[in-house]
Amino acid sequence: MGDYSENLIEIHDLKYSRGHRAIFDGLNLTIKRGEITALMGPSGTGKTTLLRLITRQLIPQQGAIFVDGLDISTLSQSELYQLRQRFGMLFQNGALLTDLSVFENVAFPLREHTKLSNRLIRHIVLTKLHAVGLRGAADMMPAQLSGGMARRVALARAMVMDPEILIYDEPFVGLDPISLGVIVRLVRRLNDALGITSIVVSHDVEEIATVADRSFLLSDGKVAASGSPDELRTANSELVRQFMHGMADGPVAFHFDAPGYEEQLLGRDTE
Amino acid sequence: MTRVLRDIRNNLVEFVRTFGAFQLFFLRLLRHSPAILGTRFGLVIKQVYNTGALSLVIIMVCGLFVGGVLALQAYSNMAVFNAEDWTGVAAHQVLVKELGPVMTAILFAARAGTALTSEIGLMKATDQLSAMEMMAVNPVRRELVPRFLGGVIAMPFLAAIFSAVGLFGAHVVGVELFQVDVGSFWQQIQLIAESEDVNEGIIKSVVFGFAASVIAVWEGYNAMPTAEGVGRATTRTVVITAISILVFDFMITAALI
Repeated sequence: MGDYSENLIEIHDLKYSRGHRAIFDGLNLTIKRGEITALMGPSGTGKTTLLRLITRQLIPQQGAIFVDGLDISTLSQSELYQLRQRFGMLFQNGALLTDLSVFENVAFPLREHTKLSNRLIRHIVLTKLHAVGLRGAADMMPAQLSGGMARRVALARAMVMDPEILIYDEPFVGLDPISLGVIVRLVRRLNDALGITSIVVSHDVEEIATVADRSFLLSDGKVAASGSPDELRTANSELVRQFMHGMADGPVAFHFDAPGYEEQLLGRDTE
Repeated sequence: MTRVLRDIRNNLVEFVRTFGAFQLFFLRLLRHSPAILGTRFGLVIKQVYNTGALSLVIIMVCGLFVGGVLALQAYSNMAVFNAEDWTGVAAHQVLVKELGPVMTAILFAARAGTALTSEIGLMKATDQLSAMEMMAVNPVRRELVPRFLGGVIAMPFLAAIFSAVGLFGAHVVGVELFQVDVGSFWQQIQLIAESEDVNEGIIKSVVFGFAASVIAVWEGYNAMPTAEGVGRATTRTVVITAISILVFDFMITAALI
């Protein structure tokens, strides 16, 4: 374990590119212990990629990522797995194991990592399922669940090992208003009740404003702005205004890069 | 012209690279295999059921007809020399040494290999493998190795069952249909067939089992995580398995003669 510090995750000068496209180009970012940190940004700015970098599912070309004082690029496979046990991650679509029931999905990390008795596992799993309101769905298969339910089961699974850090990848996408409210409240309640650190990737400005303590707005491979949701809302930058108020055109162009409209339609050759 | 040469070179380099990665992958599966066999045998049993038991019907039906057609051909050709009694031997040798292992492996690729590939490909496409990584569970060890071992264990048994049912099919055609004397049908087999013949079949089915299983698992694990990618990987499993089985078959037969 590293020294205790306020910063749980520190990212220094991160560079990562896929093919010829630079996704991160000198990104610096700090995530504080005990807070809910939101990573926001237009689609395609690499928010999910950043999560995968923080958990070393991807390896950056340059720069360093420290988790609790550990430079994760230096960890061996087993040290990495040890570190990952302190993480819980909620994937965008839940990523439940489709050949296991809801109960077994939540029990999966316990069965893989502990030698607890079946009785105790049952007790823990039902408690976690109860916390997300799905104790009654324990015997269902993932294919039978609605999107919102699947995400709640995945949340129960993500917290079954009592992680210190919970990562949410787009938890609010595609939910009906009721499920959405449930998830938003769960994120806040879990963070405060369990004293964990949460990282939420999202582009839902409204929802983020209600849960996040601090937000980072990513754009062009860097942090474009950061601060509390209120600070972002009143920020002066063009980009932040466009994003926070959902304007179609601005620094983030409405049009994807394309040859001239007239030339393409009229078939004139460009010189 | 230079472009054609460059393309050929690039493809060659790409092929060598993929083949190298494939071999490393195979070694990785083997490295984890003892531990999984020792501590997680239940997972392997489940896959033996998925790949083996669920392929039984297709294997047996095909075996029956292949044995029957062998007896038909053998009988009509042997009859020219008045050697109808040899129908059983002919069917037996072809089944045990060649068609048993080869047909089983190809049917295995079509029935079980495709299932393995698409299962693993879809797990990848739906982030299930990433989720395991995040839960500090090695997906190669937890999901791939049991599937690989399940195939490796199931294949020789399936080949043996194919040959046995095939022989029964030959018996039905030879003895029941063409009235070959039942005593000489089986006695000729006993006289001619050596244990080496059976061993050849066993060696082949074991080798084919490894080949078919590792190809199926590899293709799934390296599938593009999209609907199209998984579909293409599934096709490749069948094609590549069929080709490599036939090449291996030739090499093993040549080596054992």
